[in-house]
Amino acid sequence: MTDTAVPTSAAGNPIGFGRMLRKEDVRFVRGHGNYVDDVQLPGMLHGAILRSPYAHARIVSIDTSEAEAHPKVHAVITGATLETLGLAWMPTLSYDTQAVLATDKVRFHGQEVAFVVAEDRYSARDALNLIDVEYEPLPVVVDAKKALDADAAVIRDDKDGKTDNHIYDWEAGDAVKADEAFAAALADGGVVVEQEMLYPRSHPAPMETCGTVAHMDPITGKLVLWSNTQAPHAHRTVYAMVAGLPEHKIQVIAPDIGGGFGNKVPIYPGYVCSIVGSIVTKRPVKWMEDRSENLMSTGFARDYHMKGRIAATKDGKILGLQVDVLADHGAFHATAQPTNYPAGFFHIFTGSYDYGAAHCKVTAVYTNKAPGGVAYACSFRITEAVYLVERIVDCLADELGMDPAELRMKNLIQPEQFPYTTPTGWEYDSGDYPRALQLALDMAGYEELRREQAEKRAKGELMGIGISFFTEGVGAGPRKHMDILGLGMADGCELRIHPTGKAQIRLSVQTQGQGHETTFAQIVSHQLGIPPEDVEVIHGDTDNTPFGLGTYGSRSTPVSGAAAAVVAERVREKAKIIAATALECSVDDLEWELGRWQVKGDPDNGKTIQELALLAHSSLELPEGVEGHLDASAVYNPPNLTYPFGAYICVVDIDPGTGMVKVRRFIAVDDCGPRINPMIVEGQVHGGLVDGIGMALMEVIAFDENGTCLGGSYMDYLLPTPMEVPMFELGETVTPSPHHPLGCKGVGESATVGSPAAVVNAVMDALKPYGVRHADMPLTPAQVWMTMQGRPLRTDLAFTD
Amino acid sequence: MQVPAPFGYERATSVDHAIQLLEQLGPEARLVAGGHSFIPMMKLRLAQPEHVIDINPLAAELGTISIDGSDLVIGAMARHNDLLGSAVVGEHFPVLHDAERVIADPVVRNRGTIGGSLCQADPAEDLSAALSALHATAVIRGSGGTRTVAVRELHTGPYETVVGDAEMLTHIRVPIRNGCGSAYEKVERRVGDWAIAAAAAAVWMDGGIISDAGIGLCAVGAEHFVSTDAEAVLRGQAPSDDVIAAAAAAAAAGCNPTTDQRGPAEYKRHLAGELTARALRRAIARAQGAAA
Ligand SMILES: Cc1cc2nc3c(=O)[nH]c(=O)nc-3n(C[C@H](O)[C@H](O)[C@H](O)COP(=O)(O)OP(=O)(O)OC[C@H]3O[C@@H](n4cnc5c(N)ncnc54)[C@H](O)[C@@H]3O)c2cc1C
Repeated sequence: MTDTAVPTSAAGNPIGFGRMLRKEDVRFVRGHGNYVDDVQLPGMLHGAILRSPYAHARIVSIDTSEAEAHPKVHAVITGATLETLGLAWMPTLSYDTQAVLATDKVRFHGQEVAFVVAEDRYSARDALNLIDVEYEPLPVVVDAKKALDADAAVIRDDKDGKTDNHIYDWEAGDAVKADEAFAAALADGGVVVEQEMLYPRSHPAPMETCGTVAHMDPITGKLVLWSNTQAPHAHRTVYAMVAGLPEHKIQVIAPDIGGGFGNKVPIYPGYVCSIVGSIVTKRPVKWMEDRSENLMSTGFARDYHMKGRIAATKDGKILGLQVDVLADHGAFHATAQPTNYPAGFFHIFTGSYDYGAAHCKVTAVYTNKAPGGVAYACSFRITEAVYLVERIVDCLADELGMDPAELRMKNLIQPEQFPYTTPTGWEYDSGDYPRALQLALDMAGYEELRREQAEKRAKGELMGIGISFFTEGVGAGPRKHMDILGLGMADGCELRIHPTGKAQIRLSVQTQGQGHETTFAQIVSHQLGIPPEDVEVIHGDTDNTPFGLGTYGSRSTPVSGAAAAVVAERVREKAKIIAATALECSVDDLEWELGRWQVKGDPDNGKTIQELALLAHSSLELPEGVEGHLDASAVYNPPNLTYPFGAYICVVDIDPGTGMVKVRRFIAVDDCGPRINPMIVEGQVHGGLVDGIGMALMEVIAFDENGTCLGGSYMDYLLPTPMEVPMFELGETVTPSPHHPLGCKGVGESATVGSPAAVVNAVMDALKPYGVRHADMPLTPAQVWMTMQGRPLRTDLAFTD
Repeated sequence: MQVPAPFGYERATSVDHAIQLLEQLGPEARLVAGGHSFIPMMKLRLAQPEHVIDINPLAAELGTISIDGSDLVIGAMARHNDLLGSAVVGEHFPVLHDAERVIADPVVRNRGTIGGSLCQADPAEDLSAALSALHATAVIRGSGGTRTVAVRELHTGPYETVVGDAEMLTHIRVPIRNGCGSAYEKVERRVGDWAIAAAAAAVWMDGGIISDAGIGLCAVGAEHFVSTDAEAVLRGQAPSDDVIAAAAAAAAAGCNPTTDQRGPAEYKRHLAGELTARALRRAIARAQGAAA
C-alpha cells in the first residue's frame, strides 16, 4: 500500500490526502453517537405497525375499538383514516403507487395494515393484538416465473384496467447487431454459451433499522422529522409534494445512521404514519421498526432472474452478449433509480471487455412480496450486471477449456481505448484493466495456486480459484440524463472560512458510516491547506445544508466530493485576490503553495490561508466588486459517471463430505483513482467483500408457497461474521478520472459489486470434477452438496423434498 | 425493538423457593435461566408467560461442575462457558468441549445454561445429543422430592420434556467409565447458527472391543436424539472402517429429517451418516489414546 508523503497538521493528521483516524469515531467509540432512537422529546408518543400475516388477502373488515379503548393508546390509524387525508397511497420512486396502510387488500406478508400510537412502545405493541382484522385469503403469486401466466392472480387490481402482473419491458443495446454477431460466431466455428442464473433477493440489513420521530408543531405548523434517511433533501421535497405540506415548514434531520446500504433511500409507510400520528395527536411520535419488520417489509435488493448468451471465437475472442432478465419487483414497483433507467444501470452488463455487440431485455413483474429493489450497495443494479458477465465469462472459459484469467486478459479493454464507449452506450472515463488484473494474479500467485489445485484434485480434494473483473459506474449523475422523481442529481455545497481560519463545510449528502466527516474535511484540507481537524463537516439537516440528492450509488465522493473541491477552489481564488491586495502585488504574481499564497520568486513574501481569512473579515480595503468574507457555495453537476474498476481473486476449499465452503483467501485490487483517506477506502472495500461473501454463501430472502417470508430474522437471514471471511489481501492501482476535479472515483460499492462472482466462480471451479457449470447463490452447504449430486436447488423458493 | 407482553417477575432464592413459586403461580409461570431461548420467544410473543421466575440467584447453588463418586455432575445453572472452560469435562468427555465450541457464540455461551438448553428441548439443541450419547441422567426435583431420568428419556417431543410444570432440572450426571472416547461433529450454515445436522459419538473400549457406544444425533429428527441402531451395530465389535460405515449407515437410515431452508431431508440424512462416521473415527482414536 503506498502512502503519499504529505505534510502533517499539529494534531498529526495529514494536510490533505492520507491516512488518518476518522474524526467521527471519537463519539462512536465512546457510545456518544446520536441515532434516531436516541431522540427523546417531551411528550413523545410511540407508534407500532400491525402487519399482514398473509401475502395476498382481501380485507373484509378492521375493528379497532378494543385497541382504542386501551388506556395508553392515543390513536389508531387505518387505511380508512388515511383515505380521508388522501394519504392511503403514496408514490414510489418508480412512478408507481404503494399503499401506506392497506385499504382494499394486503399484497405481501408483512404489509402495513394499521398504526397504533401509544404512550410507550410496549403499550403500542400490546394494542396491536387488540385490533381485529378479518381477511379473505387470495391465491398468491410467489414464483416470478409464473407471474405472467394467464391464470396468475392479479395483484394490482387497484390500478384501473390492470389484468396481469406485468410492470414493464425495457431494452438496451442493438438486438439486430447482437443476433448477427451470434450467427457470425457460429458460422465461423466459434462457440455460444447460454446460462440461466438468479441473483436472489437479498436484504441490505443495516444494523440500525429504519425509523423516525415526527414532530408537527400545531402552533408554528412546522414539521421536524428525525429520520435515518440517506437522502434528507429528496425526502423533504417528496413529503412536500405528496402530503401538500409547505416545503419551508419541513425540516428533515438525519442524525447518526447505523448503516444504510440503500435500505434507507425510500420513504416507508411508517414514516408517513408517524407524521400523521403527530398531526392527529399533536405530540411527537417515534416509530422504530424492529429487526423482523426491517427484513420483511423494507426495501430488498436484487431478485433478477437472468439468462445470458455469450458468443466467442474458438480461440476465445468475445463477440457478443445477450441477456434476458425477469425482474421480480414485489407488490409495488418501488425500485430506486434515476427516472430514465427502469432497470437501473443494468445495461452496463457488457463488463470490462472489448466487443461490439450486446443487447438486453428486462421484463419486470409484480409478485406477492415486499417492494423495494433498492440500491443495496449495487450502484443501481451494476451488481447484477457484473455477476452476469463474470459468471458467463467463466462458463465460456469452461466451454473453451481455457484458463479464466487468460480469457479475461485476452478480452479486456486496453488502456489506450479510453474513453471507451460500450455497445450499450456508456462512456468509461479511464482505466488500465490489464495492469489491475496482472497485479491481482501476481499477488495471488496464480500459477502456483493452479498447480496446488491440480495436485489436490488428483487426491479428490476440492479447491477452487475464482476471478472477477468489474467495472463500476458511480456518481449519478449528469442532470440532463439523471433525476429521481424529477429532481436532477446535482449536489450543492457551502464552505465558510471563519475569521480565525477554521472552516465549516455544509454537504447535501448524508453519511451512514462512510466517514464523510473525515473525508470531506480532508478534501478541504487538500484544497486549502487547513488541517482536517480545523474543518467541521455539517450534514444531515435540511435547514442547515444545501440541496442535493443524498448518499447511495457510491455518489458522495464523485458528486459531493467534487462539489467540495470546487467550493474550496472558489475560496482559494478569492483568497488570492485578498492576498494580492494585502501584499500589494498583482494576482498574476502569486503562486499557491499548500496553505499559502506567495509571491513568485519571493517565497518569504506570502500569506497563509488563516491570515487571509482574518484579512477577509477585516477592514482591509478590497478591490472594486470584491465582497468581504471568505465563503463560497457551489452546485456540482457531474459531466459523466466515474468508472472505478478492480480485479478480484477468491480461493476456496470445499469439504466434499458436507458441502461446506471455506474462503481461504481473497485478493482485491481496486482502482478508484487517488485515495483521499486510504484507510477509509480499505474499510469500504473490507465491508463490501464481507457483503459479497455473505451474498455468495448465505444471504437470501426466500418465500414459501404461501408467500411467507422465510428470511424474517437473523436466525434465517444469515449475515457473515469474521469467522467466514479471511484476512483480505488488498492491492491498488491509481487511474484518475479525467473529469473529476480530484480525479477520484467512488468506491463504496466496488467490493459488493465485484466480489460475489469471484466467490461463486471459485466454488464452481472447485466443483468442476462434478460436471456442473452453475448453481445459484447462496452456496450454502446444502446447495453445494446438492450441486455435487448434479441437482442444484432453486434458492428463491422454499426447499421441498 | 421487539418487546414482550406484560408479565410478572419473581426471583427465586433457592431451589425449594423456585419450586414453591412454580406451585403457587401455576402453569403459566416459567423459569428463566440464561434467557437466551426464552426471552427471544417472549419478545416475539411466541411465549407469553404470566410470571417469570428468575433462577439466576441459584447460580452458586446449581452452577458447579464436579466429580461425585463415579459421576461427573453438572449443575443446571452451569453456563455453556463453564462447561467449555472445565478441564475435568475436557479430560473425561471431550465431546462436550467439541459441542460447546460450536454452540452459538461467546455472548450466548456466557449466559446460556445447561439446564435451559436441555429444557428448551429444541430439536437442534446440541447438548441433548452429546449428553444422550454419554448415557447421562437428568436429576429433576419437585416438592415431592427428586427423581432421575435418562437424558434420552427427557424429551417427549420438540420443545417438550418430562419435567413437570412445578418441577425443575437441577443436575446432570454423566457416568465415568473406563476406556471412553468421544467426539462431536456439526455442520452449520455459519458460525453461531443452529445445526443443519450434528452427531455425537461415544465409545467405551475394552481390550480392543467396543464394549458400549452412544450415538447422539441432532436436528435430524432422531427419536430421543439417539440412534440405538447404530449403537447396536457397534457394540461388541472391534473398530474398523466397515463397522464405522455400518454404524453410519444405520444412523442415516434411522433418522427422520425434515426439509427446511437449512437443506433438503436427503442432504440431512447424508450428513447424519457422514458426521456419525467422522465423530466415531475421532471418538475411537481418543479412546485409543491418540490425539484427535
Ligand atoms: C443466537 C443463538 C444461537 C444459538 N445457537 C445454538 C446452537 O447452535 N446450539 C444449541 O444447542 N443452542 C443454541 N442456542 C441456544 C442456547 O444454547 C440456549 O438458548 C440456551 O443455552 C438455553 O439456556 P438458557 O439458560 O438461556 O435458557 P432459558 O432461555 O432461560 O430457558 C429455556 C427454557 O428452559 C426452561 N428452563 C431453564 N432452566 C430450567 C431448569 N433448571 N429447569 C427446568 N426448566 C428450565 C425455561 O423455563 C425455558 O422454558 C442459541 C441461542 C442463541 C440466542
